[in-house]
Amino acid sequence: MRELVVISGKGGTGKTSIVASFAALADKCVLADADVDAADLHLVLDPRTVHREQFSGGSRARIMPGHCTACGKCEEVCRFDAITYDGPGNGRISKTFRIDPIACEGCGVCAYFCAEDAIEFAPVVNGRLFVAETRCGPMVHARLGIAEENSGKLVSLVRTRAEAIAQERKLDLILIDGSPGIGCPVISSITGADHVLVVTEPTLSGLHDLKRVSDLTKHFGIETQVCINKWDLNEDLASEIETQARQRGLGVAGKVRYDQAVTRAQIKKKSVVEYARNGAASDIKQLWMEVSIAIAKAPSGVTARRYS
Amino acid sequence: MKIAVASGKGGTGKTTIATNLATVASRNGQSVVYLDCDVEEPNGHIFLKPEITHREPVGLLIPRVDEEKCTLCGQCGEICQYSAIVCVGQKVLCYPELCHACGGCWLVCPEDAITEVPREMGVLEAGRAGPIRFVHGLLNVGEAMSPPVIKAVKATAPEADLVITDAPPGTSCPVIESIRDCDFVLLVSEPTPFGLNDLKLAVEMVRALKLPLGVFINRADVGDRGVHSYCSQERIKILAEIPDDRRIGEAYSRGELICDALPDYTASFAALLQEVTQEEATFETHRPTEPACHKPVLPPGG
Repeated sequence: MRELVVISGKGGTGKTSIVASFAALADKCVLADADVDAADLHLVLDPRTVHREQFSGGSRARIMPGHCTACGKCEEVCRFDAITYDGPGNGRISKTFRIDPIACEGCGVCAYFCAEDAIEFAPVVNGRLFVAETRCGPMVHARLGIAEENSGKLVSLVRTRAEAIAQERKLDLILIDGSPGIGCPVISSITGADHVLVVTEPTLSGLHDLKRVSDLTKHFGIETQVCINKWDLNEDLASEIETQARQRGLGVAGKVRYDQAVTRAQIKKKSVVEYARNGAASDIKQLWMEVSIAIAKAPSGVTARRYS
Repeated sequence: MKIAVASGKGGTGKTTIATNLATVASRNGQSVVYLDCDVEEPNGHIFLKPEITHREPVGLLIPRVDEEKCTLCGQCGEICQYSAIVCVGQKVLCYPELCHACGGCWLVCPEDAITEVPREMGVLEAGRAGPIRFVHGLLNVGEAMSPPVIKAVKATAPEADLVITDAPPGTSCPVIESIRDCDFVLLVSEPTPFGLNDLKLAVEMVRALKLPLGVFINRADVGDRGVHSYCSQERIKILAEIPDDRRIGEAYSRGELICDALPDYTASFAALLQEVTQEEATFETHRPTEPACHKPVLPPGG
């Protein structure tokens, strides 16, 4: 079993459109959407949910106003400025302390030190995970609650579920749609994976972000290829990116031209290769051939330890 | 006034809007600070080309255990919610990359065996781009937690007529950290199904923070009318739109400001700035007087 993760560093370079096309082109695969705070793959693949579960990434503190004596210990020990003296009164005192659940990082230190046992500290549900069937195979996706933390843990859970499905159904490939950036959810989506495809664009921002994201995949020792999307928007910069990618030891798996069919396909809820034959669609087919050859050659690393 | 430029979806044009707004405001004579809070992939410097005059490492305080004093009581490991410090056998192990610096272990240690030492997680750089004061953060590659670096960027912001925060994409903790103290959130979207889906998530997030918001539609003539009808349904004001102009894309690709490369758009950015200022003032006069009680929003069943 192999895991291919599509990431980009910079957002909006076309990851999801490319993943949806790969899903249609791959013979048998499990899909995993690891962009848990703004997932979009389901908009194209029209999944039918067969299983859902709640995700708890940690606990959160809440002051029970009835028990609070307003001693102020909690505010003193909180490092996250999450506690303020503006909670409701309780008959004995006119104001109590209150915890802002958005600022709270769930460390539990306030609850530990509260002399009155007035702070409830319990696991919270901060996301949901879905297993679904699509026309391109089974898919695992998730949604982190708005303003929540622990996206990395939820991404790990998405990958674990996808792996179990792949094993159960004897599917060889897990195709993972990653998130932008180089932080927690991205690290979680690539650690232990076999192969990364970075989708970039011929802009100075694209080049800048490609450098940082390829430093990240190098840091974790993951075989990485690059794809230049909308390459014809700035041909000079596209060749500059190709040169710099090669200098960094990254393979250039392909270039996809700018094509309005990509947006039209999205509106029709189709992948580009299902919607059109020529233009970007044929570039993506070529790209997929290159990437699948590279994956077949890569040593499998699914057993490597996950980041958590 | 503090304006945050954010979006659920990446690549919608946050940095383009933020850097051009900063430039237009500063040319109007306002004192302007530009904060790039996308510390994972900051791009504002490519367009503003600041001269960096200040550089400092930023990070968190993590525990260091004095083995001489430690009695292996294990209380540090019990209080830690992040498994960043654990007592195994005859040793206390620390995992710095998991530590949130809550200080729990340090507070709870009965032997005073724990001291807190700084750990670098990124770098903060500040300087000037002409009259614009510029600050950005760079998360070290391989580092998972960006909020401490974002916090440092926000804390460095000097006072000014206008502070523009360029937020990272998404709707989770790094975005919250970037926008929570702002007066107004400008959400940048594009009229496509992905753009609409991610705009809805971003609107939910801004509403959970009880902040006023407005929408900017980029590449307004590509795609469909979904974003427009959503905004009118939700009574969200569309403050400005910019068409899909290949010249903008080309200027962007070369790292040029739109107000420099295509001066005919300067008026659009000036008008946007005025709209945002008016919207924020309207909200300010109708601001609820009771303290905002933030509730986390759970995702609905899908």
